[in-house]
Amino acid sequence: MTKTLTLGDPIVVANEVHVKYRTHASGKAAARGGSLFKRQRGLRVVHALKGVSFVVREGESIGVIGHNGSGKSTLMRTIAGLTTATQGAVYAASRPALLGVNAALIQDLSGEKNVLLGTLAMGHTRKEAADSYDDIVEFSGLEEFIDLPMKTYSSGMQARLRFSIAISRDHQILLVDEALAVGDKAFRDKSEQRIRDLRDQAGTVFLVSHSMRSILDTCTRVLWIDHGNLKMDGDPKEVVKAYQASK
Amino acid sequence: MRLRVGAQCKAGSRMTDVDYDKIAADAGLERVGARPPLGAYLAELWERRHFAYTLARFRIQATMSENRLGLGWIVLRPIFTAIIFGTIFGFIMPAGSRPENFIPFLVVGVFTFEFFSKSFSAGAKAITSNASLVRSLSFPRMLLPLASVLQQVFELIPIIGVMALIVVITGETITWNWLLVPVVFAVMTMFNLGVSLISARLTVHLRDVTQIIPLLTRILFYSSGIFYSLEKVLAPPKPEWLLTVAELNPIYIFLKLVRAQMVAGTTASTHDWVVVTGAAFVILVIGIVFFWRAEERYGRD
Repeated sequence: MTKTLTLGDPIVVANEVHVKYRTHASGKAAARGGSLFKRQRGLRVVHALKGVSFVVREGESIGVIGHNGSGKSTLMRTIAGLTTATQGAVYAASRPALLGVNAALIQDLSGEKNVLLGTLAMGHTRKEAADSYDDIVEFSGLEEFIDLPMKTYSSGMQARLRFSIAISRDHQILLVDEALAVGDKAFRDKSEQRIRDLRDQAGTVFLVSHSMRSILDTCTRVLWIDHGNLKMDGDPKEVVKAYQASK
Repeated sequence: MRLRVGAQCKAGSRMTDVDYDKIAADAGLERVGARPPLGAYLAELWERRHFAYTLARFRIQATMSENRLGLGWIVLRPIFTAIIFGTIFGFIMPAGSRPENFIPFLVVGVFTFEFFSKSFSAGAKAITSNASLVRSLSFPRMLLPLASVLQQVFELIPIIGVMALIVVITGETITWNWLLVPVVFAVMTMFNLGVSLISARLTVHLRDVTQIIPLLTRILFYSSGIFYSLEKVLAPPKPEWLLTVAELNPIYIFLKLVRAQMVAGTTASTHDWVVVTGAAFVILVIGIVFFWRAEERYGRD
Protein backbone atom coordinates (compact mmCIF):
# COMPACT_ATOMS: atom_id res chain seq x y z
CA MET A 1 0.00 0.00 0.00
CA THR A 2 2.11 2.89 1.27
CA LYS A 3 5.46 1.57 0.17
CA THR A 4 6.88 5.05 0.01
CA LEU A 5 6.46 5.57 3.73
CA THR A 6 9.76 6.67 5.17
CA LEU A 7 10.59 4.59 8.17
CA GLY A 8 12.33 5.79 11.28
CA ASP A 9 14.45 4.18 13.92
CA PRO A 10 13.76 0.73 15.34
CA ILE A 11 11.15 1.02 18.05
CA VAL A 12 10.33 -2.62 18.90
CA VAL A 13 12.81 -5.45 18.48
CA ALA A 14 12.00 -9.06 19.26
CA ASN A 15 14.91 -11.45 19.43
CA GLU A 16 14.18 -15.18 19.31
CA VAL A 17 11.25 -14.94 21.70
CA HIS A 18 10.16 -18.20 23.26
CA VAL A 19 7.32 -18.46 25.73
CA LYS A 20 6.44 -21.63 27.57
CA TYR A 21 3.51 -21.96 29.94
CA ARG A 22 3.32 -24.68 32.46
CA THR A 23 -0.27 -25.57 32.93
CA HIS A 24 -2.62 -28.30 33.98
CA ALA A 25 -4.04 -30.32 31.16
CA SER A 26 -7.37 -30.31 32.98
CA GLY A 27 -7.87 -26.85 31.61
CA LYS A 28 -7.35 -25.04 34.85
CA ALA A 29 -4.74 -22.43 34.11
CA ALA A 30 -3.23 -22.78 37.56
CA ALA A 31 0.37 -22.98 36.44
CA ARG A 32 2.77 -23.63 39.25
CA GLY A 33 6.40 -22.68 39.43
CA GLY A 34 7.54 -24.38 42.61
CA SER A 35 8.52 -28.00 42.60
CA LEU A 36 7.43 -28.69 46.14
CA PHE A 37 5.54 -31.70 44.94
CA LYS A 38 7.43 -33.49 42.19
CA ARG A 39 4.40 -35.48 41.23
CA GLN A 40 1.98 -33.11 39.60
CA ARG A 41 -0.86 -34.67 37.71
CA GLY A 42 -1.49 -33.48 34.20
CA LEU A 43 1.19 -30.82 34.25
CA ARG A 44 1.91 -29.88 30.68
CA VAL A 45 4.25 -27.41 29.07
CA VAL A 46 2.68 -25.35 26.31
CA HIS A 47 5.23 -23.91 23.94
CA ALA A 48 3.24 -20.86 22.83
CA LEU A 49 5.99 -19.00 20.97
CA LYS A 50 8.91 -20.78 19.34
CA GLY A 51 11.49 -18.17 18.50
CA VAL A 52 9.88 -15.11 16.96
CA SER A 53 12.15 -12.29 15.77
CA PHE A 54 11.41 -9.00 14.02
CA VAL A 55 12.30 -5.33 13.94
CA VAL A 56 9.55 -2.74 13.86
CA ARG A 57 10.35 0.86 13.00
CA GLU A 58 8.72 4.12 13.91
CA GLY A 59 5.56 4.89 11.98
CA GLU A 60 4.73 1.33 11.00
CA SER A 61 1.44 -0.22 11.92
CA ILE A 62 1.65 -3.93 12.18
CA GLY A 63 -1.17 -6.36 11.62
CA VAL A 64 -0.89 -9.73 13.34
CA ILE A 65 -2.87 -12.62 11.89
CA GLY A 66 -3.09 -16.33 12.51
CA HIS A 67 -5.49 -19.06 13.51
CA ASN A 68 -6.93 -19.28 17.02
CA GLY A 69 -4.33 -20.53 19.45
CA SER A 70 -1.41 -19.71 17.17
CA GLY A 71 0.24 -17.49 19.79
CA LYS A 72 -0.90 -14.02 18.73
CA SER A 73 -2.18 -12.99 22.15
CA THR A 74 0.88 -14.42 23.88
CA LEU A 75 3.05 -12.38 21.52
CA MET A 76 1.08 -9.23 22.41
CA ARG A 77 1.37 -9.88 26.15
CA THR A 78 5.09 -10.49 25.77
CA ILE A 79 5.62 -7.27 23.84
CA ALA A 80 3.66 -5.45 26.55
CA GLY A 81 5.91 -6.97 29.21
CA LEU A 82 2.99 -8.58 31.03
CA THR A 83 4.33 -12.05 30.32
CA THR A 84 8.10 -12.39 30.26
CA ALA A 85 9.80 -14.40 27.56
CA THR A 86 11.15 -17.75 28.74
CA GLN A 87 14.01 -17.32 26.25
CA GLY A 88 15.04 -14.36 24.12
CA ALA A 89 13.84 -10.84 24.74
CA VAL A 90 11.70 -7.99 23.49
CA TYR A 91 13.18 -4.49 23.43
CA ALA A 92 11.16 -1.32 23.05
CA ALA A 93 11.61 2.42 23.16
CA SER A 94 8.90 2.82 25.79
CA ARG A 95 6.52 0.59 27.65
CA PRO A 96 3.88 -0.63 25.17
CA ALA A 97 0.24 -0.53 26.25
CA LEU A 98 -1.92 -3.56 25.61
CA LEU A 99 -5.63 -3.58 24.90
CA GLY A 100 -6.90 -7.11 25.26
CA VAL A 101 -10.21 -8.89 25.28
CA ASN A 102 -9.79 -10.34 28.76
CA ALA A 103 -12.22 -9.57 31.54
CA ALA A 104 -12.87 -6.15 33.01
CA LEU A 105 -10.45 -4.63 35.46
CA ILE A 106 -12.49 -5.08 38.63
CA GLN A 107 -15.92 -6.58 38.09
CA ASP A 108 -17.53 -5.43 41.33
CA LEU A 109 -16.75 -1.77 40.85
CA SER A 110 -18.68 0.69 38.73
CA GLY A 111 -17.43 1.85 35.36
CA GLU A 112 -16.62 5.22 36.89
CA LYS A 113 -14.32 3.69 39.50
CA ASN A 114 -12.68 1.43 36.95
CA VAL A 115 -11.89 4.48 34.83
CA LEU A 116 -10.21 6.19 37.78
CA LEU A 117 -8.28 3.08 38.81
CA GLY A 118 -7.23 2.33 35.25
CA THR A 119 -5.87 5.79 34.67
CA LEU A 120 -4.06 5.82 38.03
CA ALA A 121 -2.52 2.43 37.30
CA MET A 122 -1.26 3.72 33.96
CA GLY A 123 0.68 6.32 35.89
CA HIS A 124 -1.57 9.38 35.76
CA THR A 125 -1.52 11.67 38.76
CA ARG A 126 -4.81 12.14 40.58
CA LYS A 127 -5.36 15.46 38.82
CA GLU A 128 -4.65 14.06 35.36
CA ALA A 129 -6.97 11.16 36.12
CA ALA A 130 -9.77 13.53 37.08
CA ASP A 131 -9.13 15.71 34.02
CA SER A 132 -9.20 12.87 31.51
CA TYR A 133 -12.28 11.27 33.08
CA ASP A 134 -14.86 13.16 30.99
CA ASP A 135 -13.06 12.49 27.73
CA ILE A 136 -12.82 8.80 28.48
CA VAL A 137 -16.49 8.44 29.31
CA GLU A 138 -17.47 10.48 26.27
CA PHE A 139 -15.32 8.40 23.93
CA SER A 140 -16.74 5.18 25.35
CA GLY A 141 -20.29 6.46 24.88
CA LEU A 142 -21.35 4.75 28.11
CA GLU A 143 -22.54 7.81 30.06
CA GLU A 144 -25.84 6.17 31.05
CA PHE A 145 -24.20 3.06 32.47
CA ILE A 146 -21.11 4.53 34.07
CA ASP A 147 -22.49 4.16 37.64
CA LEU A 148 -23.29 0.47 37.23
CA PRO A 149 -20.89 -2.29 38.32
CA MET A 150 -18.80 -3.55 35.42
CA LYS A 151 -20.08 -7.09 35.90
CA THR A 152 -23.41 -5.89 34.52
CA TYR A 153 -21.78 -4.71 31.27
CA SER A 154 -21.91 -6.72 28.08
CA SER A 155 -18.56 -7.80 26.66
CA GLY A 156 -18.85 -5.10 24.01
CA MET A 157 -19.39 -2.42 26.64
CA GLN A 158 -16.46 -3.68 28.71
CA ALA A 159 -14.20 -3.62 25.69
CA ARG A 160 -15.32 -0.09 24.81
CA LEU A 161 -14.56 1.19 28.28
CA ARG A 162 -11.17 -0.50 28.39
CA PHE A 163 -10.25 0.80 24.96
CA SER A 164 -11.30 4.31 25.96
CA ILE A 165 -9.20 4.16 29.15
CA ALA A 166 -6.14 2.91 27.32
CA ILE A 167 -6.15 5.50 24.55
CA SER A 168 -6.72 8.38 26.97
CA ARG A 169 -2.98 8.54 27.27
CA ASP A 170 -0.73 9.02 24.28
CA HIS A 171 1.16 5.81 23.86
CA GLN A 172 4.15 5.56 21.63
CA ILE A 173 3.42 1.87 21.16
CA LEU A 174 -0.12 0.53 21.31
CA LEU A 175 -1.07 -3.15 21.07
CA VAL A 176 -4.67 -3.87 20.16
CA ASP A 177 -5.64 -7.51 20.64
CA GLU A 178 -9.01 -8.05 19.00
CA ALA A 179 -10.36 -5.38 21.31
CA LEU A 180 -12.27 -3.84 18.44
CA ALA A 181 -13.99 -7.02 17.35
CA VAL A 182 -16.68 -6.86 20.03
CA GLY A 183 -17.63 -3.22 19.57
CA ASP A 184 -20.43 -2.14 17.25
CA LYS A 185 -19.82 -0.63 13.83
CA ALA A 186 -19.86 3.01 14.94
CA PHE A 187 -17.43 2.41 17.79
CA ARG A 188 -15.15 0.34 15.59
CA ASP A 189 -14.91 3.10 13.01
CA LYS A 190 -14.18 5.66 15.72
CA SER A 191 -11.49 3.42 17.22
CA GLU A 192 -9.86 2.66 13.88
CA GLN A 193 -9.71 6.39 13.20
CA ARG A 194 -8.06 6.89 16.59
CA ILE A 195 -5.49 4.20 15.75
CA ARG A 196 -4.67 5.88 12.42
CA ASP A 197 -4.31 9.25 14.21
CA LEU A 198 -1.96 7.66 16.66
CA ARG A 199 0.14 6.19 13.88
CA ASP A 200 0.35 9.58 12.22
CA GLN A 201 1.79 11.00 15.43
CA ALA A 202 4.74 8.67 14.88
CA GLY A 203 3.19 6.08 17.16
CA THR A 204 3.45 2.39 16.41
CA VAL A 205 0.40 0.17 16.49
CA PHE A 206 0.12 -3.62 16.57
CA LEU A 207 -3.33 -4.83 15.60
CA VAL A 208 -4.44 -8.42 16.14
CA SER A 209 -7.57 -9.14 14.18
CA HIS A 210 -9.44 -11.83 12.31
CA SER A 211 -11.00 -9.19 10.12
CA MET A 212 -8.82 -8.98 7.03
CA ARG A 213 -10.63 -5.78 6.08
CA SER A 214 -9.47 -4.08 9.29
CA ILE A 215 -5.96 -5.34 8.73
CA LEU A 216 -5.78 -4.12 5.13
CA ASP A 217 -7.34 -0.77 6.09
CA THR A 218 -5.03 0.07 8.98
CA CYS A 219 -1.76 -1.79 8.58
CA THR A 220 1.40 -1.18 6.59
CA ARG A 221 2.93 -4.57 7.36
CA VAL A 222 1.60 -7.93 8.49
CA LEU A 223 3.04 -10.71 10.63
CA TRP A 224 1.53 -14.15 10.22
CA ILE A 225 1.95 -16.30 13.31
CA ASP A 226 1.41 -20.02 12.86
CA HIS A 227 1.81 -22.53 15.71
CA GLY A 228 4.13 -20.19 17.56
CA ASN A 229 6.34 -19.49 14.56
CA LEU A 230 6.56 -16.37 12.46
CA LYS A 231 5.45 -17.85 9.17
CA MET A 232 5.46 -14.74 7.05
CA ASP A 233 6.32 -11.09 7.48
CA GLY A 234 5.75 -8.40 4.90
CA ASP A 235 3.35 -6.47 2.69
CA PRO A 236 -0.27 -6.75 3.91
CA LYS A 237 -1.75 -7.79 0.57
CA GLU A 238 0.78 -10.55 -0.02
CA VAL A 239 0.62 -11.97 3.50
CA VAL A 240 -3.16 -11.85 3.73
CA LYS A 241 -3.41 -13.56 0.35
CA ALA A 242 -1.05 -16.33 1.43
CA TYR A 243 -2.90 -16.70 4.76
CA GLN A 244 -6.26 -16.98 3.07
CA ALA A 245 -4.89 -19.48 0.56
CA SER A 246 -3.61 -21.65 3.41
CA LYS A 247 -7.08 -22.27 4.85
CA MET B 1 15.29 -0.40 4.78
CA ARG B 2 12.68 -2.80 5.97
CA LEU B 3 13.83 -6.29 6.79
CA ARG B 4 12.67 -9.28 4.79
CA VAL B 5 9.77 -7.53 3.13
CA GLY B 6 7.48 -10.09 1.64
CA ALA B 7 9.97 -12.82 2.27
CA GLN B 8 8.78 -16.20 3.33
CA CYS B 9 10.72 -17.05 6.44
CA LYS B 10 10.50 -19.75 9.01
CA ALA B 11 11.50 -18.68 12.49
CA GLY B 12 14.71 -20.14 13.72
CA SER B 13 16.14 -20.99 10.34
CA ARG B 14 17.46 -17.71 8.98
CA MET B 15 17.63 -15.68 12.14
CA THR B 16 21.36 -15.91 12.58
CA ASP B 17 22.09 -13.37 9.86
CA VAL B 18 20.61 -10.48 11.87
CA ASP B 19 21.93 -9.44 15.25
CA TYR B 20 18.73 -8.26 16.92
CA ASP B 21 20.34 -7.53 20.25
CA LYS B 22 22.74 -5.17 18.51
CA ILE B 23 19.96 -3.38 16.59
CA ALA B 24 18.10 -2.88 19.88
CA ALA B 25 21.18 -1.66 21.68
CA ASP B 26 22.12 0.73 18.85
CA ALA B 27 18.63 2.24 18.87
CA GLY B 28 18.80 2.65 22.65
CA LEU B 29 15.87 0.33 23.31
CA GLU B 30 15.29 -1.26 26.68
CA ARG B 31 14.14 -4.76 27.46
CA VAL B 32 10.40 -4.77 28.05
CA GLY B 33 9.16 -5.99 31.39
CA ALA B 34 12.62 -6.04 32.91
CA ARG B 35 12.53 -5.82 36.68
CA PRO B 36 13.87 -2.38 37.62
CA PRO B 37 16.50 -2.08 40.36
CA LEU B 38 15.01 -1.95 43.84
CA GLY B 39 15.48 1.80 44.26
CA ALA B 40 13.77 2.67 40.97
CA TYR B 41 11.06 0.14 41.74
CA LEU B 42 10.25 1.73 45.08
CA ALA B 43 10.30 5.19 43.49
CA GLU B 44 7.74 4.03 40.91
CA LEU B 45 5.71 2.48 43.69
CA TRP B 46 5.65 5.82 45.50
CA GLU B 47 4.63 7.64 42.31
CA ARG B 48 1.62 5.40 41.91
CA ARG B 49 0.65 5.30 45.59
CA HIS B 50 -2.72 6.91 44.77
CA PHE B 51 -3.64 3.78 42.87
CA ALA B 52 -3.18 1.62 45.98
CA TYR B 53 -5.01 4.15 48.13
CA THR B 54 -7.93 4.48 45.71
CA LEU B 55 -8.17 0.73 45.17
CA ALA B 56 -8.33 0.14 48.94
CA ARG B 57 -11.07 2.74 49.35
CA PHE B 58 -13.18 1.43 46.45
CA ARG B 59 -12.81 -2.14 47.70
CA ILE B 60 -14.27 -1.23 51.08
CA GLN B 61 -17.17 0.60 49.44
CA ALA B 62 -17.84 -2.29 47.05
CA THR B 63 -17.85 -5.05 49.67
CA MET B 64 -19.89 -3.02 52.09
CA SER B 65 -22.52 -1.75 49.68
CA GLU B 66 -23.71 -5.32 49.12
CA ASN B 67 -24.66 -5.76 52.78
CA ARG B 68 -27.58 -4.07 54.50
CA LEU B 69 -25.52 -3.13 57.52
CA GLY B 70 -22.68 -1.92 55.31
CA LEU B 71 -19.74 -0.62 57.25
CA GLY B 72 -21.31 -1.92 60.46
CA TRP B 73 -19.97 -5.39 59.73
CA ILE B 74 -16.41 -4.17 60.05
CA VAL B 75 -16.96 -3.67 63.80
CA LEU B 76 -19.73 -6.23 64.32
CA ARG B 77 -17.54 -9.15 63.29
CA PRO B 78 -14.87 -8.74 65.98
CA ILE B 79 -17.58 -7.92 68.56
CA PHE B 80 -19.31 -11.23 67.87
CA THR B 81 -16.01 -13.10 68.01
CA ALA B 82 -15.30 -11.53 71.39
CA ILE B 83 -18.79 -12.43 72.67
CA ILE B 84 -18.45 -16.05 71.54
CA PHE B 85 -15.03 -16.54 73.07
CA GLY B 86 -15.95 -14.55 76.17
CA THR B 87 -18.99 -16.70 76.82
CA ILE B 88 -17.33 -20.01 76.09
CA PHE B 89 -14.03 -19.45 77.82
CA GLY B 90 -15.54 -17.36 80.61
CA PHE B 91 -17.39 -20.51 81.71
CA ILE B 92 -15.25 -23.48 80.85
CA MET B 93 -11.77 -22.13 81.53
CA PRO B 94 -10.58 -22.38 85.12
CA ALA B 95 -10.81 -18.94 86.68
CA GLY B 96 -7.12 -19.17 87.55
CA SER B 97 -6.09 -18.83 83.90
CA ARG B 98 -8.24 -15.77 83.40
CA PRO B 99 -6.70 -12.38 84.00
CA GLU B 100 -8.49 -9.67 85.93
CA ASN B 101 -10.50 -7.27 83.75
CA PHE B 102 -11.36 -10.24 81.58
CA ILE B 103 -13.66 -8.36 79.18
CA PRO B 104 -11.28 -5.52 78.21
CA PHE B 105 -8.43 -8.02 78.10
CA LEU B 106 -10.33 -10.25 75.68
CA VAL B 107 -11.73 -7.45 73.52
CA VAL B 108 -8.34 -5.85 72.98
CA GLY B 109 -6.88 -9.26 72.20
CA VAL B 110 -9.52 -10.27 69.65
CA PHE B 111 -9.65 -6.87 67.91
CA THR B 112 -5.88 -6.58 67.59
CA PHE B 113 -5.51 -10.15 66.38
CA GLU B 114 -8.15 -9.62 63.67
CA PHE B 115 -6.03 -6.83 62.22
CA PHE B 116 -3.19 -9.27 61.72
CA SER B 117 -5.20 -12.25 60.50
CA LYS B 118 -7.22 -10.26 57.96
CA SER B 119 -4.11 -8.57 56.53
CA PHE B 120 -2.47 -11.97 56.28
CA SER B 121 -5.27 -13.71 54.40
CA ALA B 122 -6.12 -10.74 52.15
CA GLY B 123 -2.45 -10.09 51.34
CA ALA B 124 -1.90 -13.70 50.32
CA LYS B 125 -4.60 -13.41 47.66
CA ALA B 126 -3.53 -9.95 46.48
CA ILE B 127 -1.95 -11.12 43.22
CA THR B 128 -3.96 -14.23 42.43
CA SER B 129 -7.36 -12.60 42.96
CA ASN B 130 -6.45 -9.65 40.73
CA ALA B 131 -5.29 -11.71 37.76
CA SER B 132 -7.25 -9.64 35.22
CA LEU B 133 -5.67 -6.41 36.44
CA VAL B 134 -2.21 -7.97 36.35
CA ARG B 135 -2.78 -9.32 32.85
CA SER B 136 -4.09 -6.10 31.35
CA LEU B 137 -2.10 -3.25 32.89
CA SER B 138 1.53 -2.81 33.79
CA PHE B 139 2.32 -1.25 37.14
CA PRO B 140 4.54 -2.28 40.06
CA ARG B 141 2.79 -5.38 41.35
CA MET B 142 3.66 -4.49 44.92
CA LEU B 143 0.79 -2.00 44.78
CA LEU B 144 -1.68 -4.88 45.11
CA PRO B 145 -0.56 -6.32 48.48
CA LEU B 146 0.00 -2.74 49.59
CA ALA B 147 -3.60 -1.89 48.72
CA SER B 148 -4.92 -4.89 50.63
CA VAL B 149 -3.00 -3.91 53.77
CA LEU B 150 -4.14 -0.29 53.38
CA GLN B 151 -7.71 -1.52 53.24
CA GLN B 152 -7.21 -3.22 56.61
CA VAL B 153 -5.72 -0.02 58.03
CA PHE B 154 -8.79 1.99 56.94
CA GLU B 155 -11.06 -0.58 58.52
CA LEU B 156 -8.98 -0.49 61.69
CA ILE B 157 -9.98 3.10 62.45
CA PRO B 158 -13.63 2.39 63.39
CA ILE B 159 -12.47 -0.84 65.06
CA ILE B 160 -10.15 1.06 67.41
CA GLY B 161 -13.02 3.44 68.20
CA VAL B 162 -15.38 0.62 69.16
CA MET B 163 -12.62 -1.13 71.09
CA ALA B 164 -11.98 2.04 73.12
CA LEU B 165 -15.70 2.40 73.79
CA ILE B 166 -16.09 -1.16 75.09
CA VAL B 167 -12.99 -0.85 77.24
CA VAL B 168 -14.28 2.36 78.83
CA ILE B 169 -17.77 0.93 79.41
CA THR B 170 -16.28 -2.08 81.19
CA GLY B 171 -14.46 0.08 83.67
CA GLU B 172 -11.09 1.16 82.28
CA THR B 173 -10.04 4.77 82.57
CA ILE B 174 -8.61 6.79 79.73
CA THR B 175 -4.96 7.66 80.32
CA TRP B 176 -2.21 9.46 78.42
CA ASN B 177 -0.86 6.03 77.54
CA TRP B 178 -3.71 5.61 75.06
CA LEU B 179 -1.77 7.91 72.74
CA LEU B 180 0.69 5.07 72.26
CA VAL B 181 -1.98 2.76 70.83
CA PRO B 182 -1.72 4.20 67.27
CA VAL B 183 2.05 3.83 67.52
CA VAL B 184 1.73 0.12 68.27
CA PHE B 185 -0.65 -0.27 65.33
CA ALA B 186 1.74 1.63 63.04
CA VAL B 187 4.54 -0.81 63.87
CA MET B 188 2.10 -3.68 63.44
CA THR B 189 1.13 -2.37 59.98
CA MET B 190 4.76 -2.64 58.88
CA PHE B 191 4.86 -6.18 60.20
CA ASN B 192 1.59 -7.09 58.47
CA LEU B 193 2.77 -5.62 55.17
CA GLY B 194 5.96 -7.69 55.31
CA VAL B 195 3.97 -10.86 56.00
CA SER B 196 1.51 -10.04 53.20
CA LEU B 197 4.29 -9.52 50.66
CA ILE B 198 5.87 -12.85 51.51
CA SER B 199 2.59 -14.74 51.39
CA ALA B 200 1.47 -12.96 48.19
CA ARG B 201 4.52 -14.27 46.31
CA LEU B 202 4.31 -17.74 47.86
CA THR B 203 0.68 -18.02 46.74
CA VAL B 204 1.68 -17.25 43.14
CA HIS B 205 4.19 -20.11 43.18
CA LEU B 206 1.93 -22.50 45.03
CA ARG B 207 -1.82 -21.96 45.33
CA ASP B 208 -1.94 -24.45 48.19
CA VAL B 209 -0.65 -21.72 50.48
CA THR B 210 -4.15 -20.27 50.73
CA GLN B 211 -5.27 -23.56 52.29
CA ILE B 212 -2.55 -23.43 54.91
CA ILE B 213 -3.15 -19.84 56.00
CA PRO B 214 -6.36 -20.48 58.02
CA LEU B 215 -4.52 -23.25 59.88
CA LEU B 216 -1.56 -21.01 60.67
CA THR B 217 -3.93 -18.27 61.79
CA ARG B 218 -5.73 -20.65 64.11
CA ILE B 219 -2.49 -21.85 65.68
CA LEU B 220 -1.48 -18.24 66.28
CA PHE B 221 -4.93 -17.42 67.67
CA TYR B 222 -4.75 -20.11 70.32
CA SER B 223 -1.11 -19.59 71.21
CA SER B 224 -1.08 -15.80 71.51
CA GLY B 225 -2.91 -15.56 74.83
CA ILE B 226 -6.04 -13.91 73.49
CA PHE B 227 -8.52 -15.28 76.04
CA TYR B 228 -6.10 -16.42 78.72
CA SER B 229 -3.03 -15.04 80.35
CA LEU B 230 0.14 -16.73 79.07
CA GLU B 231 1.95 -15.99 82.33
CA LYS B 232 -0.76 -17.65 84.41
CA VAL B 233 -1.28 -20.69 82.18
CA LEU B 234 2.43 -21.35 81.76
CA ALA B 235 3.36 -20.50 85.32
CA PRO B 236 5.59 -22.93 87.29
CA PRO B 237 5.58 -25.88 87.75
CA LYS B 238 5.39 -25.93 83.93
CA PRO B 239 8.92 -25.75 82.47
CA GLU B 240 10.16 -22.19 82.17
CA TRP B 241 11.28 -22.52 78.56
CA LEU B 242 7.68 -23.02 77.42
CA LEU B 243 6.83 -19.49 78.48
CA THR B 244 10.03 -18.14 76.95
CA VAL B 245 9.19 -19.75 73.61
CA ALA B 246 5.57 -18.58 73.72
CA GLU B 247 6.69 -15.04 74.45
CA LEU B 248 8.87 -14.94 71.31
CA ASN B 249 5.74 -14.75 69.17
CA PRO B 250 5.57 -11.15 67.84
CA ILE B 251 1.77 -11.29 67.65
CA TYR B 252 1.66 -11.97 71.37
CA ILE B 253 3.93 -8.99 72.03
CA PHE B 254 1.75 -6.72 69.88
CA LEU B 255 -1.30 -7.74 71.93
CA LYS B 256 0.66 -7.23 75.12
CA LEU B 257 1.69 -3.73 74.04
CA VAL B 258 -1.84 -2.62 73.14
CA ARG B 259 -3.17 -4.07 76.41
CA ALA B 260 -0.45 -2.37 78.43
CA GLN B 261 -1.74 0.97 77.20
CA MET B 262 -5.47 0.30 77.60
CA VAL B 263 -6.04 -2.33 80.27
CA ALA B 264 -5.14 -1.72 83.90
CA GLY B 265 -2.94 -4.35 85.52
CA THR B 266 -1.09 -5.35 82.33
CA THR B 267 2.40 -4.12 81.61
CA ALA B 268 4.94 -4.23 78.83
CA SER B 269 8.66 -3.48 78.96
CA THR B 270 10.97 -1.46 76.74
CA HIS B 271 12.35 -4.82 75.71
CA ASP B 272 8.99 -5.66 74.15
CA TRP B 273 9.04 -2.46 72.10
CA VAL B 274 12.54 -3.18 70.84
CA VAL B 275 11.76 -6.78 69.89
CA VAL B 276 8.58 -5.88 68.05
CA THR B 277 10.06 -2.92 66.16
CA GLY B 278 13.05 -5.01 65.14
CA ALA B 279 10.82 -7.86 64.00
CA ALA B 280 8.63 -5.49 61.98
CA PHE B 281 11.63 -3.95 60.22
CA VAL B 282 13.24 -7.28 59.40
CA ILE B 283 10.01 -8.84 58.11
CA LEU B 284 9.20 -5.76 56.02
CA VAL B 285 12.65 -5.63 54.39
CA ILE B 286 12.61 -9.37 53.71
CA GLY B 287 9.08 -9.06 52.33
CA ILE B 288 9.94 -6.18 49.98
CA VAL B 289 13.05 -7.86 48.58
CA PHE B 290 11.41 -11.28 48.33
CA PHE B 291 8.37 -9.89 46.50
CA TRP B 292 10.38 -7.63 44.17
CA ARG B 293 12.67 -10.44 43.03
CA ALA B 294 9.76 -12.28 41.39
CA GLU B 295 8.25 -9.15 39.78
CA GLU B 296 8.68 -10.55 36.26
CA ARG B 297 6.75 -13.72 36.83
CA TYR B 298 3.49 -12.46 38.34
CA GLY B 299 1.91 -12.09 34.88
CA ARG B 300 2.97 -15.43 33.46
CA ASP B 301 0.46 -17.72 35.15
